[in-house]
Amino acid sequence: MSAPTIGRLKATRSTASLRHRLAERGIDTSLLMLAPALIFALALFIYPFSYGIGLTFQPSPAIQQKWGGGALANYVAFFKDPFVFDSIWLTMRLALPAALFNVLASIPMAFKLRHRFRGKKLLTTLLVLPITLGTVLTAQGLLIFAGRQGWLNRFLIQIGLIDQPLTLVNNYLGVFFSLVISGFPFAFLLISSYLSGIDPSIEAAAKTMGADWKQRFRRVILPLLAPGLATTFILTFALAFSVFPSARLVGDAMGSTRVMALMAYRAFGEQTDYGMASTIAIMMGLIELVVIAVVLLWRSFLYKGSTGGKG
Amino acid sequence: MATQTAPSSTPGANVSLPQTHNKKKAGARTPGERSLVASPTTWFVWAGTAAFFIFLIGILVSVVVDSLGKPWFNTWLPETFTASWYTGAWDRFGMTHIIGVTLLVALTVIVVAVLVGVPAAYLLARRDFPLKKTITLLFLLPVLMPPITYGIPLATVMYNVGLGRTLTAVILVNLVPSIPFVIMTMTPFIEQIDPAIENAARMSGASMRKVFTKILFPLLVPGVLAASILVLVRTVGMFDLTFLVSGPQSDTLVVAIYRAMTAAGGGEARQLISSMAVVYTVTMMVILIIALRFVSPTQLVARVKESRED
Repeated sequence: MSAPTIGRLKATRSTASLRHRLAERGIDTSLLMLAPALIFALALFIYPFSYGIGLTFQPSPAIQQKWGGGALANYVAFFKDPFVFDSIWLTMRLALPAALFNVLASIPMAFKLRHRFRGKKLLTTLLVLPITLGTVLTAQGLLIFAGRQGWLNRFLIQIGLIDQPLTLVNNYLGVFFSLVISGFPFAFLLISSYLSGIDPSIEAAAKTMGADWKQRFRRVILPLLAPGLATTFILTFALAFSVFPSARLVGDAMGSTRVMALMAYRAFGEQTDYGMASTIAIMMGLIELVVIAVVLLWRSFLYKGSTGGKG
Repeated sequence: MATQTAPSSTPGANVSLPQTHNKKKAGARTPGERSLVASPTTWFVWAGTAAFFIFLIGILVSVVVDSLGKPWFNTWLPETFTASWYTGAWDRFGMTHIIGVTLLVALTVIVVAVLVGVPAAYLLARRDFPLKKTITLLFLLPVLMPPITYGIPLATVMYNVGLGRTLTAVILVNLVPSIPFVIMTMTPFIEQIDPAIENAARMSGASMRKVFTKILFPLLVPGVLAASILVLVRTVGMFDLTFLVSGPQSDTLVVAIYRAMTAAGGGEARQLISSMAVVYTVTMMVILIIALRFVSPTQLVARVKESRED
């Protein structure tokens, strides 16, 4: 959209036709094929986003009166209202361990299962299953399966492991389980594909030089895998961070799992305070970006070259 | 399907050198590394996998049993089984309408996203032009951000322009992550098509439109199919964005189930919801079984170049 203007400014002095000079810089009419996608991105992503940022500076009278701060009242409320501000900590407490668990548990699994063996295809196919469940069925299933009367508690009591049924749903654990069930296959499939992108001959070379499996893992595989791990962590974290249906359905929506997404929706849907809702949503985006930035910073210290494989 | 493709799925690094690969593989296979033998770590891995699948299967089976049974509390299984919850849910929630809406939304999103996304992906794959990096980033952002962060401002805009709770709004918000997703999936796919084919067509006098319809499109069909199915899975499963703008007449299946679960006054009977959830899962499974014929499981979660398996 703005590309042609820039090209035109640069290409004012030459004898060749303007069209030819622009084409040399890669600007011609075929760029119009990009226009529909750009229009969609501008109209449905950039415009609403900037509009939302504008909204955060137009606090509702109620918020302005309660928290003061003029145009910044929404932000004042966000940081001063413990009911809202604590949700950051509650979200982090849920999303960080869940994302870490998904990534860390995937490493040994992906490592063990990378060789070919019978039933590998079946296993990977089964791992896609949670995608079909979706958050809602996972929540419903957890409530029935792991509830007080559910099969899990019934089985544990039957074999005499516990006396009283465990409370596994409607609290922190319930949401954690649902995050692992939906996030783990995702992390596993991603890490598997990164692992298969590492050239096996590198490891074979380490082996011929006498490295045992611990050294091979720590000195060869892990450094090559680390950038992939960082990406996987970011994506899994993004999934867990915006958890919303499961926090309400299997969690304790007013207590230990009062996550930010829930607060944003509450302001949007129940209080119709669009300014406050946008404030929470944009703060969510900021916190997410901070976490991504930290991970990317850590990643920038790591090996960045080719892994020799297809990756 | 699994038995057909399993033998040919060699690690991609060795695809170009099949002969050395076979030799090396045979020689390097010491008995200890051959496959999964009993060592502590193997046991740990299998225990983890088993625990995960027990939960997974338990969740799935308990919902299916629940949707088929009369109320059960203190027994392992319900005493009698019935299909009445399905018919009940069908009438009570107007499932025909909900499924119709879901399919309509998904299909419209696929068609628009492919029509808009593929040309853009073509340019990004083939050409170099000013601001290319910025534009790529612009297309990457909606896929990376959690949907609710841009969903709330977007929904506010939708309500302000009077589109709130309409089908149009549901379709529009679902396009936001879908178009970039099509672009991300199609760009590497187009990159691997030999440009010489297009150049030959151009030299023989074909116009850009002709190149697209007669040369590129037939080559792109598998990629478009894969991208469409991935968009289908995402749109049918998309909760956050749809939930923010939909109303009673424009709820997709996931949102309808969520609303039934959280309805004021304790919600609906559990079995009604279970039967709806089963309908949702069966729909998704059918889509995924079809999808897995065209794409590999890893593609479902990320843009990863897989080795050619066929």
